[in-house]
Amino acid sequence: MHLILFFIFAALCLAGAVNLLLQTHPINSALSLIVVMTSLAVLYLLLGAEFLAAAQVIVYAGAVMVLFTFVIMLLNAGREERTLGSRAARVVGFPAVAAFLALLATVLLKAHGLGRAAMQEGVTSTDDLSAVLFTKLLLPFEVTSVLILIAILGAVALTRHGDGERSASK
Amino acid sequence: MLSAILFSLGVIGFLIKRNLITVFMSIELMLNAVNLSFVTFAHQWHAVKGQIFVFFVMMVAAAEAAVGLAIIIAVFRARATLAVDRIDLMKL
Repeated sequence: MHLILFFIFAALCLAGAVNLLLQTHPINSALSLIVVMTSLAVLYLLLGAEFLAAAQVIVYAGAVMVLFTFVIMLLNAGREERTLGSRAARVVGFPAVAAFLALLATVLLKAHGLGRAAMQEGVTSTDDLSAVLFTKLLLPFEVTSVLILIAILGAVALTRHGDGERSASK
Repeated sequence: MLSAILFSLGVIGFLIKRNLITVFMSIELMLNAVNLSFVTFAHQWHAVKGQIFVFFVMMVAAAEAAVGLAIIIAVFRARATLAVDRIDLMKL
Protein backbone atom coordinates (compact mmCIF):
# COMPACT_ATOMS: atom_id res chain seq x y z
CA MET A 1 0.00 0.00 0.00
CA HIS A 2 2.73 2.41 1.01
CA LEU A 3 4.80 1.41 -1.99
CA ILE A 4 1.96 2.04 -4.41
CA LEU A 5 1.23 5.43 -2.85
CA PHE A 6 4.91 6.29 -2.95
CA PHE A 7 5.22 5.49 -6.63
CA ILE A 8 2.04 7.33 -7.55
CA PHE A 9 3.04 10.50 -5.77
CA ALA A 10 6.69 10.32 -6.77
CA ALA A 11 5.59 10.09 -10.40
CA LEU A 12 3.20 13.00 -9.85
CA CYS A 13 6.01 14.98 -8.27
CA LEU A 14 8.41 14.37 -11.15
CA ALA A 15 5.70 15.09 -13.72
CA GLY A 16 4.97 18.39 -12.02
CA ALA A 17 8.65 19.31 -11.95
CA VAL A 18 9.11 18.48 -15.65
CA ASN A 19 5.95 20.37 -16.46
CA LEU A 20 7.30 23.35 -14.54
CA LEU A 21 10.26 23.44 -16.89
CA LEU A 22 8.31 22.87 -20.08
CA GLN A 23 5.57 25.44 -19.60
CA THR A 24 6.21 28.82 -21.09
CA HIS A 25 3.67 30.78 -19.11
CA PRO A 26 4.71 31.51 -15.49
CA ILE A 27 1.25 30.88 -14.09
CA ASN A 28 1.28 27.33 -15.47
CA SER A 29 4.69 26.80 -13.91
CA ALA A 30 3.37 28.07 -10.59
CA LEU A 31 0.41 25.68 -10.71
CA SER A 32 2.65 22.70 -11.48
CA LEU A 33 4.91 23.77 -8.61
CA ILE A 34 1.84 23.54 -6.37
CA VAL A 35 1.34 19.96 -7.64
CA VAL A 36 4.97 19.17 -6.79
CA MET A 37 4.67 20.58 -3.29
CA THR A 38 1.39 18.85 -2.49
CA SER A 39 2.68 15.48 -3.62
CA LEU A 40 5.83 16.12 -1.57
CA ALA A 41 3.54 16.65 1.42
CA VAL A 42 2.04 13.21 0.80
CA LEU A 43 5.54 11.75 0.60
CA TYR A 44 6.37 13.36 3.96
CA LEU A 45 3.25 11.74 5.38
CA LEU A 46 4.42 8.38 4.06
CA LEU A 47 7.76 9.00 5.76
CA GLY A 48 6.00 9.56 9.07
CA ALA A 49 6.54 13.31 9.27
CA GLU A 50 2.99 14.38 9.88
CA PHE A 51 3.74 17.86 11.18
CA LEU A 52 6.00 18.61 8.25
CA ALA A 53 3.35 17.41 5.80
CA ALA A 54 0.87 19.87 7.29
CA ALA A 55 3.50 22.63 7.33
CA GLN A 56 4.40 21.88 3.73
CA VAL A 57 0.80 22.29 2.61
CA ILE A 58 0.23 25.42 4.69
CA VAL A 59 3.55 27.20 4.19
CA TYR A 60 4.60 26.19 0.70
CA ALA A 61 1.47 25.23 -1.19
CA GLY A 62 -0.45 27.90 0.65
CA ALA A 63 1.51 30.98 1.57
CA VAL A 64 4.52 30.91 -0.73
CA MET A 65 2.58 29.95 -3.83
CA VAL A 66 -0.08 32.56 -3.13
CA LEU A 67 2.77 35.05 -2.99
CA PHE A 68 4.10 33.75 -6.31
CA THR A 69 0.76 33.88 -8.11
CA PHE A 70 0.11 37.29 -6.62
CA VAL A 71 3.38 38.62 -8.04
CA ILE A 72 2.74 36.98 -11.42
CA MET A 73 -0.67 38.59 -11.62
CA LEU A 74 0.66 41.90 -10.33
CA LEU A 75 3.45 42.12 -12.87
CA ASN A 76 1.20 40.79 -15.64
CA ALA A 77 3.94 38.36 -16.63
CA GLY A 78 3.39 37.14 -20.15
CA ARG A 79 4.60 34.20 -22.13
CA GLU A 80 8.36 34.00 -22.18
CA GLU A 81 10.15 33.94 -25.47
CA ARG A 82 12.20 30.89 -26.32
CA THR A 83 15.84 31.87 -26.34
CA LEU A 84 17.62 28.65 -25.66
CA GLY A 85 20.36 30.13 -23.53
CA SER A 86 23.91 30.83 -24.45
CA ARG A 87 26.28 28.30 -25.95
CA ALA A 88 28.33 28.23 -22.78
CA ALA A 89 25.28 27.29 -20.71
CA ARG A 90 24.48 24.44 -23.08
CA VAL A 91 28.01 23.13 -23.52
CA VAL A 92 29.11 23.34 -19.89
CA GLY A 93 25.82 23.39 -18.02
CA PHE A 94 24.15 20.18 -19.09
CA PRO A 95 27.15 17.86 -18.65
CA ALA A 96 27.73 19.51 -15.27
CA VAL A 97 24.12 18.87 -14.27
CA ALA A 98 24.36 15.26 -15.46
CA ALA A 99 27.59 14.72 -13.53
CA PHE A 100 26.05 16.28 -10.45
CA LEU A 101 23.00 14.05 -10.73
CA ALA A 102 25.25 11.00 -11.00
CA LEU A 103 27.25 12.09 -7.95
CA LEU A 104 24.15 12.71 -5.84
CA ALA A 105 22.61 9.44 -6.97
CA THR A 106 25.68 7.42 -6.00
CA VAL A 107 25.88 9.07 -2.60
CA LEU A 108 22.18 8.57 -1.89
CA LEU A 109 22.10 5.00 -3.15
CA LYS A 110 25.17 4.06 -1.14
CA ALA A 111 23.44 5.14 2.05
CA HIS A 112 22.53 1.74 3.39
CA GLY A 113 18.98 0.63 3.87
CA LEU A 114 17.28 3.58 2.30
CA GLY A 115 15.12 1.34 0.18
CA ARG A 116 13.31 -0.27 3.04
CA ALA A 117 13.26 2.91 5.08
CA ALA A 118 10.16 4.14 3.35
CA MET A 119 8.27 0.95 4.11
CA GLN A 120 8.44 0.71 7.85
CA GLU A 121 6.05 2.42 10.20
CA GLY A 122 7.14 4.92 12.79
CA VAL A 123 5.43 8.27 12.94
CA THR A 124 7.29 11.18 14.44
CA SER A 125 4.51 12.89 16.29
CA THR A 126 4.22 16.61 16.72
CA ASP A 127 4.79 16.08 20.44
CA ASP A 128 8.29 14.68 19.91
CA LEU A 129 9.10 17.39 17.43
CA SER A 130 8.01 20.24 19.65
CA ALA A 131 9.67 18.70 22.71
CA VAL A 132 13.05 18.99 21.02
CA LEU A 133 12.24 22.25 19.27
CA PHE A 134 11.21 24.16 22.36
CA THR A 135 13.82 22.82 24.76
CA LYS A 136 17.12 22.17 23.03
CA LEU A 137 16.64 24.38 20.02
CA LEU A 138 14.79 27.29 21.53
CA LEU A 139 17.43 29.86 20.62
CA PRO A 140 17.50 29.04 16.87
CA PHE A 141 13.72 29.11 16.89
CA GLU A 142 13.63 32.60 18.32
CA VAL A 143 16.37 33.74 15.97
CA THR A 144 14.25 32.51 13.08
CA SER A 145 11.35 34.65 14.21
CA VAL A 146 13.64 37.68 14.17
CA LEU A 147 14.83 36.62 10.70
CA ILE A 148 11.25 36.52 9.43
CA LEU A 149 10.60 39.95 10.91
CA ILE A 150 13.69 41.30 9.15
CA ALA A 151 12.56 39.67 5.91
CA ILE A 152 9.15 41.32 6.12
CA LEU A 153 10.72 44.71 6.84
CA GLY A 154 13.21 44.18 4.01
CA ALA A 155 10.47 43.27 1.55
CA VAL A 156 8.48 46.37 2.43
CA ALA A 157 11.59 48.56 2.30
CA LEU A 158 12.66 47.13 -1.07
CA THR A 159 9.37 47.73 -2.79
CA ARG A 160 9.00 51.19 -1.32
CA HIS A 161 12.57 52.07 -2.19
CA GLY A 162 12.06 51.12 -5.84
CA ASP A 163 9.06 53.37 -6.03
CA GLY A 164 10.89 56.29 -4.51
CA GLU A 165 13.82 55.90 -6.89
CA ARG A 166 11.61 56.05 -9.93
CA SER A 167 9.79 59.14 -8.79
CA ALA A 168 13.12 60.77 -7.96
CA SER A 169 14.52 60.09 -11.44
CA LYS A 170 11.55 61.63 -13.18
CA MET B 1 17.10 9.33 -5.57
CA LEU B 2 13.86 11.18 -6.22
CA SER B 3 15.33 14.07 -4.32
CA ALA B 4 18.44 14.05 -6.51
CA ILE B 5 16.32 14.07 -9.65
CA LEU B 6 14.20 16.91 -8.31
CA PHE B 7 17.29 18.90 -7.39
CA SER B 8 18.78 18.40 -10.83
CA LEU B 9 15.54 19.47 -12.47
CA GLY B 10 15.70 22.58 -10.33
CA VAL B 11 19.25 23.26 -11.49
CA ILE B 12 18.25 22.72 -15.12
CA GLY B 13 15.37 25.10 -14.67
CA PHE B 14 17.68 27.63 -13.11
CA LEU B 15 19.92 27.36 -16.17
CA ILE B 16 17.47 27.29 -19.05
CA LYS B 17 14.57 29.43 -17.95
CA ARG B 18 14.47 32.97 -19.21
CA ASN B 19 11.87 34.38 -16.87
CA LEU B 20 12.87 35.78 -13.53
CA ILE B 21 9.86 34.35 -11.70
CA THR B 22 10.36 30.89 -13.16
CA VAL B 23 14.03 30.92 -12.20
CA PHE B 24 12.90 31.74 -8.69
CA MET B 25 10.46 28.85 -8.74
CA SER B 26 13.32 26.54 -9.72
CA ILE B 27 15.16 27.66 -6.60
CA GLU B 28 12.12 26.73 -4.53
CA LEU B 29 12.11 23.35 -6.25
CA MET B 30 15.73 22.77 -5.22
CA LEU B 31 14.93 23.70 -1.63
CA ASN B 32 12.07 21.21 -1.63
CA ALA B 33 14.31 18.48 -2.98
CA VAL B 34 16.78 19.05 -0.15
CA ASN B 35 13.91 18.97 2.33
CA LEU B 36 12.79 15.63 0.98
CA SER B 37 16.20 14.07 1.46
CA PHE B 38 16.35 15.53 4.99
CA VAL B 39 13.03 13.93 5.89
CA THR B 40 14.04 10.63 4.36
CA PHE B 41 17.29 10.39 6.29
CA ALA B 42 15.60 11.56 9.48
CA HIS B 43 13.07 8.81 9.06
CA GLN B 44 15.68 6.20 8.38
CA TRP B 45 17.82 7.00 11.38
CA HIS B 46 14.87 7.86 13.64
CA ALA B 47 16.30 11.28 14.31
CA VAL B 48 14.03 14.17 15.14
CA LYS B 49 16.69 16.77 14.41
CA GLY B 50 16.38 16.25 10.67
CA GLN B 51 12.73 17.16 10.69
CA ILE B 52 13.45 20.21 12.79
CA PHE B 53 16.04 21.23 10.26
CA VAL B 54 13.41 20.92 7.54
CA PHE B 55 11.20 23.15 9.64
CA PHE B 56 13.91 25.80 9.75
CA VAL B 57 14.57 25.44 6.02
CA MET B 58 10.87 26.04 5.39
CA MET B 59 10.94 29.19 7.51
CA VAL B 60 14.02 30.52 5.76
CA ALA B 61 12.50 29.65 2.38
CA ALA B 62 9.38 31.61 3.24
CA ALA B 63 11.47 34.62 4.24
CA GLU B 64 13.59 34.21 1.12
CA ALA B 65 10.49 34.06 -1.08
CA ALA B 66 9.18 37.28 0.41
CA VAL B 67 12.46 39.14 -0.08
CA GLY B 68 13.11 37.64 -3.52
CA LEU B 69 9.71 38.56 -4.84
CA ALA B 70 10.16 42.06 -3.47
CA ILE B 71 13.43 42.25 -5.39
CA ILE B 72 11.66 41.00 -8.51
CA ILE B 73 9.04 43.72 -8.15
CA ALA B 74 11.78 46.32 -7.70
CA VAL B 75 13.60 45.03 -10.81
CA PHE B 76 10.39 45.07 -12.80
CA ARG B 77 9.73 48.65 -11.77
CA ALA B 78 13.24 49.69 -12.75
CA ARG B 79 13.56 47.76 -16.04
CA ALA B 80 9.95 46.94 -17.02
CA THR B 81 10.94 43.42 -18.05
CA LEU B 82 11.17 40.01 -16.48
CA ALA B 83 13.49 38.40 -19.02
CA VAL B 84 16.86 37.62 -17.49
CA ASP B 85 18.54 38.28 -20.83
CA ARG B 86 17.61 41.93 -20.71
CA ILE B 87 18.70 42.53 -17.14
CA ASP B 88 22.32 42.81 -18.18
CA LEU B 89 23.51 45.96 -16.49
CA MET B 90 26.40 44.12 -14.87
CA LYS B 91 27.58 42.39 -18.03
CA LEU B 92 30.77 43.46 -19.70
